[in-house]
Amino acid sequence: MSTISRGFSGRRNAADVKLPPGQYLTTDFPVLSAGPTPHVPANQWEFKIDDGNNVLRRWDWRSFRELPSETVTVDLHCVTRWSKLGTTWEGVSLDTLLADLNTDASHVMAHSYGDYTTNLPLSDLRNKQAWIAFRFNGEDLAPEHGGPARLLVPHLYLWKSAKWVRGFTLMHHDKPGFWEIRGYHIYGDPWREQRYSGE
Amino acid sequence: MWRTGTVIALRDETATARTIALEVPDWPGHAAGQHVDVRLTAPDGYSAVRSYSIASASNSERRIELTVERLPDGEVSPYLTQEVAVGDHLDLRGPIGGWFVWRAQQTEPIQLIAGGSGIVPLMAMIRSRASSGSSAQFRLLYSVREPGAVYYRHELEVLADHDDSVSTDYAYTRAAPKNWPRRPGRIDGPLIANTTWSSALAPTCYVCGPTAFVESVAGLLTDLGNSPERIKTERFGPTGDRK
Repeated sequence: MSTISRGFSGRRNAADVKLPPGQYLTTDFPVLSAGPTPHVPANQWEFKIDDGNNVLRRWDWRSFRELPSETVTVDLHCVTRWSKLGTTWEGVSLDTLLADLNTDASHVMAHSYGDYTTNLPLSDLRNKQAWIAFRFNGEDLAPEHGGPARLLVPHLYLWKSAKWVRGFTLMHHDKPGFWEIRGYHIYGDPWREQRYSGE
Repeated sequence: MWRTGTVIALRDETATARTIALEVPDWPGHAAGQHVDVRLTAPDGYSAVRSYSIASASNSERRIELTVERLPDGEVSPYLTQEVAVGDHLDLRGPIGGWFVWRAQQTEPIQLIAGGSGIVPLMAMIRSRASSGSSAQFRLLYSVREPGAVYYRHELEVLADHDDSVSTDYAYTRAAPKNWPRRPGRIDGPLIANTTWSSALAPTCYVCGPTAFVESVAGLLTDLGNSPERIKTERFGPTGDRK
């Protein structure tokens, strides 16, 4: 039951109807990171997929950028309650990166430069739902937004879109990552308002 | 789970910032550095939620304090800093956050660096240090626009006079007090080097402020040899125009 706030009317706008519950619209692009921004030169960057023991796939910047890329326009929803609509990214689809990878794994742990981690179901990374993005609004992705490349999984809260991503570890069971250990939801669907664990 | 807090005191910290003390009967306790979600609800059911850092010490029972900076175009902060009165009820959820926290078991030197209202969670750490009887060495570097923008001024002065384990340095970005040795300006490498713990002491650093401030300070700290995993950051606000 909500407490009515005496004298509060709030500010509404028509766009709010398109937002997940509890979100507000921003035109800025706020930054949330737990530590300093890693600065990873593209020529030292690499992206690996492993199964916990063996590296199954590996790309350096050059081979990664030779993969076909897509330009997508998506809405972003941050658990800190801002949403930004209609952002345009260029990146490589995870369908491309995961193609011909035969695995019975159910989940992945995404790892980042700077030791950030976040867990995702493998099925959320397939079928045109996820990208490794390297351009935002036509420009190279700035380091504070995860450049040179970040994961982009716009149907989940933005903490799942790991900045400075450097690889995936395939897992047979779900396991919490950095924020998921610290009270945030294991899955993070903004439309079901899965912000914190236990919701 | 939402809880209801009752406003029991209000205190202006600056011309634009107000501390709200709340009594929360079922408050589970919090760690210094954590925040809460505050929900305002209009009579027709429309609601708006924003996060605010807790300013009070971690062991204060059933009572918490938030300090809120009024944003000129804000939806919730003008209400919290101008409309709310003692006796009002506010819906709260939390405490939230398990990374940007200081706990009394930590014995290493602590470096706090605040930009503007970023002082709030760091003040919770300073207060928790005192209330827990910790002897951890704390240093605070506090960057503000001008002298009138300092929160908790009196409390920080008292601490500086009575407890040499918590020392505060100020940096002014727009206007400094008369005869201040440093010209107003952003925090730079020499200032960090002169006013913060040497990286050789392996301090844990907590940096909180606007995005550009945190980006810059965290970079300067790593340049001075602090290891990135010992630098905890909390950023707020927009990044401004794309570079």
